[in-house]
Amino acid sequence: MHDVAKHDDSKGQYFWVWGALLFLTAIEVWLGYRQIFQPVRMLQVLLLLSIIKSALIIGYFMHLKFEKAIMRWMIVISVTACFVIMYFFFFPDAGRILRLGVK
Amino acid sequence: MAEATLQHTAAVGHEPAGEFEAPLFGAYSKKVGMWLFLASDSLTFGALLFAFSYNRIYTAWPTPFGKESIINATIMTACLLSSSLTMVMAVFAAQRNDRAWTRNWLLATMAFGTAFIVLHGMEWTHLIHEGLTLPGFPKSVEHGAGDYATISSGVPQFAATFFGLTAMHMLHVTIGVIYLGVVALRKWFLPILGVIWLGAYLAIPADNVFHYGVHALLLGLIVSAIILFLKPKDYDAHDVEVSGLYWHFVDLVWMFIFPLVYLMSTKV
Repeated sequence: MHDVAKHDDSKGQYFWVWGALLFLTAIEVWLGYRQIFQPVRMLQVLLLLSIIKSALIIGYFMHLKFEKAIMRWMIVISVTACFVIMYFFFFPDAGRILRLGVK
Repeated sequence: MAEATLQHTAAVGHEPAGEFEAPLFGAYSKKVGMWLFLASDSLTFGALLFAFSYNRIYTAWPTPFGKESIINATIMTACLLSSSLTMVMAVFAAQRNDRAWTRNWLLATMAFGTAFIVLHGMEWTHLIHEGLTLPGFPKSVEHGAGDYATISSGVPQFAATFFGLTAMHMLHVTIGVIYLGVVALRKWFLPILGVIWLGAYLAIPADNVFHYGVHALLLGLIVSAIILFLKPKDYDAHDVEVSGLYWHFVDLVWMFIFPLVYLMSTKV
């Protein structure tokens, strides 16, 4: 059987990642409270922070960073492609409602 | 018949006995299987989040969540993030073949997950009592008639998307806690889960939505029992790592639900 994924065994980096995730969460909550941005800009900023957090979780906690390149790219490309297709299904239709109105 | 068997063996068995081709993805099959499941499950949550965003952008969306809800959701987020750290520690312990610490870290992860579920359940109960509800929910005696009741009747998409998304996630966390319990304690976990299910069912009042929702634990108990009795095994480092992948995934999904559902709907 293939070995369990071997990677840099220093536990310290996981505590750093955990700290970074908590810090980014604190920034999100602060932004949510302060309402610095308009809703659309706020959505963009929060989504960007969420993508950074998810990259940390997938890369370090889920160890994808330490997997073979073919595994990394297969997962990332296939899931991203599906989300892009989903986006093109949902939002042009929503825009059409705005332009044409609901009858 | 024998000739056909020989032809089949010649067609399939390219390698001599005991030798295997290196795996394409450099990982054992269980791990690749879990990754594929998670990729498909991410599309389920993706569709729900897209549906939420669709409604959020094109509807006069209410922003009812006050300080109390946001603090509660922030503590829940901290619980999930901390549970991911303890899960990583469990994987490390399993790789060292340290069975005691593997179990301890898994139990710590389950404790954080359970705290998340309990906090979420309390928040749901509070919101339902305040008037945020769906047609299928039991009617509470103390049903409120404030902001949340107005939102439920005026913008029904709010309650539908909020309860739909968070219920789906809560179900995944519950399944995760049961999964980790099976890996950590094996058959010893079954009576514990049974007691928790019965205790929760008896303790939660009949007008609370979780009075029936708690039967998810009974379903988990039945499925776990079937798995543990049909295929009893001693879970190894691979199993702990694969269960960890699932657990980190539920953490990952929450990283999108928390800002989109809660922080984009804060009361200014």
